[in-house]
Amino acid sequence: MSLDPWTLAAIVGMALATYACRAGGYWLFSKIRPTAFLRSVLSYIPGTLFVSFVLPALVNGGLQPTAGAVVTLGVMLRTRSLAWSMLAGTAAAWAVWSLR
Amino acid sequence: MTAGPIVFTRHGMVRGARAAVPLIIGLVPFGVVTGIACQGAGLSLLEAVLMSASVFGGAAQLLVLGNWASPAPVIAATLAAFTVNLRLLLMGPVLSPWFDRLRGWRLWGSLFLLVDQNWGLALKEMNAGGRDAGWIFGSGLVMWLQWVVLTAVGHTLGAVLKVPPGHPLFFCGLAVFVSMLAGMWRGRLDVVPWIVASGVAVGVSLLWPGTFYYIVAGAIAGSLTGAIRDTWRA
Repeated sequence: MSLDPWTLAAIVGMALATYACRAGGYWLFSKIRPTAFLRSVLSYIPGTLFVSFVLPALVNGGLQPTAGAVVTLGVMLRTRSLAWSMLAGTAAAWAVWSLR
Repeated sequence: MTAGPIVFTRHGMVRGARAAVPLIIGLVPFGVVTGIACQGAGLSLLEAVLMSASVFGGAAQLLVLGNWASPAPVIAATLAAFTVNLRLLLMGPVLSPWFDRLRGWRLWGSLFLLVDQNWGLALKEMNAGGRDAGWIFGSGLVMWLQWVVLTAVGHTLGAVLKVPPGHPLFFCGLAVFVSMLAGMWRGRLDVVPWIVASGVAVGVSLLWPGTFYYIVAGAIAGSLTGAIRDTWRA
């Protein structure tokens, strides 16, 4: 049950940064009136943010995550179930990994 | 849209908590893998539980834990948590019809308990005419509790299983994003912004390996492209 000071500092930093995101967006928007252009930018953020998260991970990770992602996406489109798509995708990534 | 004032009741919390129960199935592998990743990165059980209880963000935790070092990378971890969770900035404002009526712990506590999954469900509830803002607190609390417990379970399992870094189990973290991406596709208007976002993100990740700026760089480039195009057309 050790508690390393650097690890604790990293955890506190992550916690503060995350809460700043959770509460900060609401706080900011309750203070300002966003313009139509800003609202338009915001409407594109969720999708482009997730694409920007996933694509580089696939390009830099190679076959294993790519196979997993294809299966995850396929199962998600078919079942609309987060649980099944994650399990199937992870199983596919695992299969590729064990075939190497 | 809503009939009558927004309230915050115990009854609403219980209904939110009940609605969040099916989400547990989706989060079991995610939470356990995060616990295993904590153990693999060398965190103690106490540190793992503290991280999950205070950060409560699986994607950021997995990303940081995959790049952990000794001593702990304080600045890199903080920046990574910020960039990965920037999306949360955009979720709070959407629920402002509820949040605007709340004060004190009800407001700031509900915001702390906001995650992608219960946000999606709460949005549906609000749009269906739901007036009880306790819903988000109740659903978030159930998810937070199970997140902390699953991290502890994963940490304990990790000590037994000794899962090496790079193991396909950790694909789970990416899988959450891939499956949620399916629900974000709105049609043809997303084609160009998503292509620009992918190109910029991949480019930045190759130019600047080991950092997480590519996520925000790609999102900003893609979103600006979409907004500029829409303004140009209008």
